[in-house]
Amino acid sequence: MFPIYDVIVVGAGHAGCEAAAAAANMGSKVLLATMNMQTIAQMSCNPAMGGVAKGQIVREIDALGGYSGIVTDHTMVQFRMLNKSKGPAMWSPRAQSDRMLFAGKWREMLEAHDNIDFWQEMITGLIVKDGRCQGVHTGMGIEIKSKSVVLTNGTFLNGLIHIGEKQFGGGRAGERASIGITEQLETLGFEAGRMKTGTPARLDGRSLDYSKMEIQHGDDEPSKFSYTDTPTPNKQLPCHVTYTSPEVHEELKTGFDRSPMFNGRIRGLGPRYCPSIEDKIDRFADRDRHQLFVEPEGWNTCEIYVNGFSSSLPEDVQYRALRKIVGFENMKMFRPGYAIEYDFFQPTQLQISLETKLVKNLFFAGQINGTTGYEEAACQGMMAGINAHLKINEKDPFVLKRSDAYIGVLIDDLVNKGTKEPYRMFTSRAEYRILLRQDNADLRLSPLAQELGMQHMEDRITRVDQKNASIKEIKKYLEKYSVAPESINAYLQEQGSAPLKQKQKLNSILSRPHMSLHALMEVLQEVKQGLSNYDAETLQIAEVELKYSGYIQKEQEMVDKMNRLETVKLKNDMDYHKILSLSAESREKLTQIRPATIGQASRISGVSPSDISVLLVHVGR
Amino acid sequence: MLQKTIDDYEHIRFLFYMDKTLALKSNTKLMIQTDTIVAQSTPTGEGAIGVIRVSGPKTIEFVDEIFYGKNLKEVDGNTVHYGKIKNENGQIVDECLVTVFRAPRSYTKEDCIEISCHGSSYIIQEIIRVIIAKGARPAKRGEFTMRAFLNGQLDLSQAEAVADLIASDNAASHQMAMNQMRGGFSDQIKELRQELIDFAALIELELDFGEEDVEFADRGKLETLVTDINAVIQKLIKSFQYGNAIKKGIPVAIVGSPNVGKSTLLNALLNEEKAIVSNIAGTTRDVIEDQITIEGIPFRFIDTAGIRDTDDTVESIGIERAKEQITKAQIVIFISEIIEDHNEIINEFKSLNIRDHQKSVILLNKSDAFHTCHSYDVEEAVSTLTGRTPTLAISAKQKTRIEELKSTLIKLTGSADFRDQTIVNNSRHYDALFKSKVALDKVLHGLQSGITGDFIAMDIRQALHHLGEITGEIHTDDLLDSIFGRFCIGK
Repeated sequence: MFPIYDVIVVGAGHAGCEAAAAAANMGSKVLLATMNMQTIAQMSCNPAMGGVAKGQIVREIDALGGYSGIVTDHTMVQFRMLNKSKGPAMWSPRAQSDRMLFAGKWREMLEAHDNIDFWQEMITGLIVKDGRCQGVHTGMGIEIKSKSVVLTNGTFLNGLIHIGEKQFGGGRAGERASIGITEQLETLGFEAGRMKTGTPARLDGRSLDYSKMEIQHGDDEPSKFSYTDTPTPNKQLPCHVTYTSPEVHEELKTGFDRSPMFNGRIRGLGPRYCPSIEDKIDRFADRDRHQLFVEPEGWNTCEIYVNGFSSSLPEDVQYRALRKIVGFENMKMFRPGYAIEYDFFQPTQLQISLETKLVKNLFFAGQINGTTGYEEAACQGMMAGINAHLKINEKDPFVLKRSDAYIGVLIDDLVNKGTKEPYRMFTSRAEYRILLRQDNADLRLSPLAQELGMQHMEDRITRVDQKNASIKEIKKYLEKYSVAPESINAYLQEQGSAPLKQKQKLNSILSRPHMSLHALMEVLQEVKQGLSNYDAETLQIAEVELKYSGYIQKEQEMVDKMNRLETVKLKNDMDYHKILSLSAESREKLTQIRPATIGQASRISGVSPSDISVLLVHVGR
Repeated sequence: MLQKTIDDYEHIRFLFYMDKTLALKSNTKLMIQTDTIVAQSTPTGEGAIGVIRVSGPKTIEFVDEIFYGKNLKEVDGNTVHYGKIKNENGQIVDECLVTVFRAPRSYTKEDCIEISCHGSSYIIQEIIRVIIAKGARPAKRGEFTMRAFLNGQLDLSQAEAVADLIASDNAASHQMAMNQMRGGFSDQIKELRQELIDFAALIELELDFGEEDVEFADRGKLETLVTDINAVIQKLIKSFQYGNAIKKGIPVAIVGSPNVGKSTLLNALLNEEKAIVSNIAGTTRDVIEDQITIEGIPFRFIDTAGIRDTDDTVESIGIERAKEQITKAQIVIFISEIIEDHNEIINEFKSLNIRDHQKSVILLNKSDAFHTCHSYDVEEAVSTLTGRTPTLAISAKQKTRIEELKSTLIKLTGSADFRDQTIVNNSRHYDALFKSKVALDKVLHGLQSGITGDFIAMDIRQALHHLGEITGEIHTDDLLDSIFGRFCIGK
């Protein structure tokens, strides 16, 4: 009934969809197996993509030929560039999507690909022979063979949902949990762990009084994620902001004795940066209110997502507390919030390619690796898909360095450090964030994807070449253009900047604090004319590269320094237990992780700088 | 840029300069710790007893073979045993006490034995010889400490402190090394580290959680914070100069015209103290160094050739050298005969061109041959007209006011400022602190000129990185822990 597939992807969430798309676009024959075809690319939690650090990841996925950016651009109901008051490295795109359109667009794009087949059934086990993964078993007892398998099970592995004192098996509200895979992996020698996440209640928008809330609009000039020819939205939906109050907190506290969080029924590790509302009240008791975002789930639905009110308290407590919130007095609930516990596998059991160390040709991506977030999952899926294809074609894995992309930071952190709580990306995790900007992901990554053989990159590469040429032209223009004192001194004085005494190059004026190219173009109409052919993003890159060249150069030097350590290879069969001058902890960690280079070793938690020096001495011997 | 002072410990230090290690790795030989090593631990020379230390996997086996007493292979660790040591001909070398330490409960964390024997250098050398004959090898200088460090007994700053302790030959530097070895330095740096982490967290908070409903620190508050941290670092940096001087001895140049009493003064100081550590001939015939310890602080007195205008070529070379010595000194003692015309004294003093960072004392010698009441007038006039330079009318010959001179010298070292304070005394720490400070200065500048947080964060990371060279690496997780611990984050 089935051919032997190149890659079977288990699970069709953000990781699974990107894995299937990437493998297919690399040229593999792919089977995408999901328990329910109706929930492909479901946004299980917040109907939003991007945000600080996450937006950068979506753009990186797009630059490498992934679909998340394209799907988001086609389905967004609101776009905001976050952190615009901060420096250019911090600008982070974020979009609210129409939940149903988002899933529909994903399915449409996957179905359009000849290399992708679909199968709707629970996958209950793996076919493993001679330490190599060769396919999957289904719930009906079918064997489907393949050269490799990518597991992207999300929260479904032994998923357990908690609402107050009630608990029931399930991978998502109203969906069954997946059973069998964890148990098999454990017998194969994998170490499983348990994590926890949560989601807030969904409300009936018709029952809310928006006039009592603050309104939050999208950007006046919305941007987008994809570097391809996708549309920007011509209309947007607003979000609203309201707050909890001491009355709300008191109401919530009446349910604390029935909270699975507080009475110890939930044992999984939850994310600290995504606490439930009861956790916030408990840990930050001095705060008398917490901000809530009232977010629409789509164009044609009244369903509302209450961002900031994640809870696993009993549904009646959630209901009474929600009704005490300003604007929610007559609120009707579609469904309560809940917490979910699920199995994950410490990602230190993976190679940097996301292939498992124990079973060849088996790859993990997404929440199964202890991460959280659509973007984190999607980029792992893409990398796993690419690397599964490369593996079965006996090619070296595709590895992004920490200096290449946030994706590189994420995977490097996972496989070297593991994680104690659901791992989310922050810009502070990246050493080189001035280089890893959302505006240059295509320049950084698209050429790499093309070199790799990713299909449909032509369009992106043409733009990259064009962009690079434009940046050069703009920089040249700014370095050459002379500004006369009389044409700019009024503006400079207004900004508290010293007036010019003689003609000066525009470039050096731009280098002053508080000066931006955008503002200077408004003052100097001739410059606006001269640069009218270039789009805002290209202008911004040129501006950043000129204005912050000192910082960029410094960061580049740090990259070069780090990369020197990356070139010092460590043998895979090195017996770390024999190197007594290493600390006991680092002997243990190095044996477990088996880093490929000194650079990688230096990032393993528990391996100290002095351990690295000892290794260097050993390698140099 | 900075000279390391104890060459033996180069090999420990270099380990920590990864880049350098990379460059050096081709000519590096790892100390193979499967060797058993032996060395005399007490100083060379005759003493009542001598101690020989043996460390390594075969320590107990080797010593047991030459030791006649209990079977050392069967004794517990941390026990002392009496017995005789015989050489390969069965002759008794000495009666000894043997202390057995079993791994990891020893200084080196390896099996280790200390043999206390009589202090004759023949006996010591003979015992070492027979142990080497059994298969041990002589330890290199510092190798025991090297092993203690590599086996995780000591952290780097402690290992360096041991090196300094061994090399210390005066009370103040001994005290300093002891403090550091016990972790006093690390504690202060740990505090500093935490303050920096909390500061960096405030900046990161703004960047990663700008959308959150938390209160962000304003720039003014951040400026105050970084200024405070910088003041602490600055104090530590300053202590280095003092600490370094303590290790090496504070250089003091004695200058003045010929026959003004320089040598007599030096002798007066030396005789009083009877604590001459060395009497090193200088690099030239006309510069003599003497080291004297006053209140535990070592001073290196450099007696220079007399300075005066001369046409004599040979003498003028000596004078040039004397002037060179003046520039190297931390304290300059200018000595002149006391005369009525104080302007002449002042002019001569000013012609020395003593620099701003140097301290000076003016001595008006031969006060015994001068009217006492007048000498105070001259003293007062000279001091006033030289910007309150400490001035003393003395008699080197009669040894009057030598105690006062000594307390003046102690005051000029600034040691009072550093009492009970951590003193940075190694160049690696100094270097790291200095670089941290440079980075923090940039942070401050960035805050003042309104640069956005992402760039400021870069400089903070530099500071954290450099400080991490002393305290161990600082990770993003440290920052995130600080953020999540203090702020309510998350929707």
